Amino acid sequence: MIEFMQHLINGLSLGSIYALIALGYTMVFGILQLINFAHGDVYMLGAFTGMYTIRVFHLNDHPSFSSLMITLLAAMIGCATVGYAIERLAYRRLRKSPRINVLITAVGVSLFLEFSGQLIFGSDPKFFPQIYTPQLNFSAGELRLNPLQVIVFAISLILMGVLQFIIFRTRLGRAMRAVSFNHDLASLMGIPTDRVISYTFMLGSAMAGAAGVLVGIIYPKIDPLMGTLPGLKAFVAAVLGGVGNVTGAVIGALTLGLAEEFLVGYWTPTYRDALAFAILILILLFKPTGLFGVRRSEKV
Amino acid sequence: MYAETTDIQDQSVIQKTQKKSGIQTLGPWAVVLSLIWIAHFLSPALDPYYFSILIYAGINIVLAVSLNLVNGFTGQFSMGHAGFMSIGGYTAAFLTTTLQIHSPALLQDPILGRLIFFGALWMGGLVASLAGYLVGLPSLRLKGDYLAIVTLGFGEIIRVILLNIDAVGGARGMPNIPLLTDFGLVYSLVLLVTFVIWRLIRSAHGRAFLSVREDEIAAEAMGVNPTRAKVRAFVIGAFFAGVAGGLFAHNLRYLNPQTFDFNRSFEIIIMVVLGGMGSITGSIVAALFLTIIREALRPLQQITGLDLRMVIYSLMLITLMLTRPNGLFGTRELPDFLPKKLRSRLTGTSYTEEVKV
Repeated sequence: MIEFMQHLINGLSLGSIYALIALGYTMVFGILQLINFAHGDVYMLGAFTGMYTIRVFHLNDHPSFSSLMITLLAAMIGCATVGYAIERLAYRRLRKSPRINVLITAVGVSLFLEFSGQLIFGSDPKFFPQIYTPQLNFSAGELRLNPLQVIVFAISLILMGVLQFIIFRTRLGRAMRAVSFNHDLASLMGIPTDRVISYTFMLGSAMAGAAGVLVGIIYPKIDPLMGTLPGLKAFVAAVLGGVGNVTGAVIGALTLGLAEEFLVGYWTPTYRDALAFAILILILLFKPTGLFGVRRSEKV
Repeated sequence: MYAETTDIQDQSVIQKTQKKSGIQTLGPWAVVLSLIWIAHFLSPALDPYYFSILIYAGINIVLAVSLNLVNGFTGQFSMGHAGFMSIGGYTAAFLTTTLQIHSPALLQDPILGRLIFFGALWMGGLVASLAGYLVGLPSLRLKGDYLAIVTLGFGEIIRVILLNIDAVGGARGMPNIPLLTDFGLVYSLVLLVTFVIWRLIRSAHGRAFLSVREDEIAAEAMGVNPTRAKVRAFVIGAFFAGVAGGLFAHNLRYLNPQTFDFNRSFEIIIMVVLGGMGSITGSIVAALFLTIIREALRPLQQITGLDLRMVIYSLMLITLMLTRPNGLFGTRELPDFLPKKLRSRLTGTSYTEEVKV
């Protein structure tokens, strides 16, 4: 029972990080029908922005909650800028191109970020400095809770709540939903679609940036290729929840995190990275709209 | 594009009534084949370094042309070509290494050894195409981006499975594979894959592939079963990827699952995209060009100590998509650039005026 609870907690904290990345995927897909392959690498850049912020401002000299917040904010702003730049420089020019071209560009951007990351940061793993060591004790009986995991889980829940608020309660959110519903009609209604798409990219990238820092706190080893696999897994999570559906993405990500953790805990760790893809294939075969997706009929 | 299909019907009529000439007959292919073998027997006179680069380029050509059948001619974006390559490579290598342990003399024989190797390559291709069938049947019902990510996922799954099979070395890799790949064999297979796909595209099956690329719904209305056409293209593509994997294994003499990661698939994709999706000769030129560029960049890498290759590849891909999304050749082939008279003599077809759509 203790073991089960432990896996449950690990799975949820892993899943919450997937969720933050998956949100960006699902938002961009909802609005552009584009799999932004580079999203996982934005998450990587978030971790590195966080690391350099800590180093430059020596935030790890006085580990505290506020220094965590500063790092988080810096990474989110940094990633939002990167997300804006990617959209502005690459995807916007391809708005009218065949989708396959946009997809190839996305793959190109992703690899460009990864390998220029290797050139700039070096390909060896870097240590993410400790910036926050909470003096909280969440242990109950034999069950040991890593306070960092709880903090990470809480922060990601808050961020998801904020995003939910933006999408469903603000003018920008309404514009985003309108553009994703029908791009051309939205633009006829006077919605500046290009700007809305930019904001979507920035919001999604900021979430990925936050995920990068949060991962850095729990697993303090970061490298330029760290974004590839979590990025793909987060995409699987987004598909699992029904791509384009914000709540679905979160639930899908938590499911995936739990599934991975239980696979590793109870069966075999070797197939960990294959699990996500197996889930993806099964879901696309049996319920291509995902758990909470809406079926869109294809027009001739 | 619709004009092209009517043009093709004309062509088939012409082919029946006219005497065949040019590359529609076997003649020119046989000439190239003999040139390849002449070059092969002259090879000891040349610098072995350049020859090894050419062998590597040949393997890349097989990969690029076979991927072009799927990504270019059938319009399905597969990102798991390295997975099929690894299956073929491992199968062929497993067969030859087992044989080498039991009766090493057989592989030493210049003729019998080649025949056995050819058989092993074929087996590798068959196993890879079986995998292609199993992967393709469910996933090719998906479209565009989904297909891309599923094939990528399958590539990863294959890699993870190979990492866990102890009989082929698992994560340690598979050493001591006999050196069987040589220039003549590689380029004979380059010629074979070019021939098969060149002729396939001009057959009824190949036209079905093209029609699926252009408009799936219209193709279905014309009686083409899109899923079946896609699976066929995928299986043939996987077969040649498997053969290329076998060539690769017996050239490098060592296999490791990590060699066949996503970056390997990506390298093949960029060859196809650079050459032009839907151009066989484009893929050949791009594969040669990129392999040579890679070697040319090696000194630069030694000076700077940085691996610039992938950065250059990815930048090239982005620039290509932004400025010339059809690649170097588009859907045209090398003979299409020749003057019309020469072209009709070379390809053996009389061209009607091309209608721009």
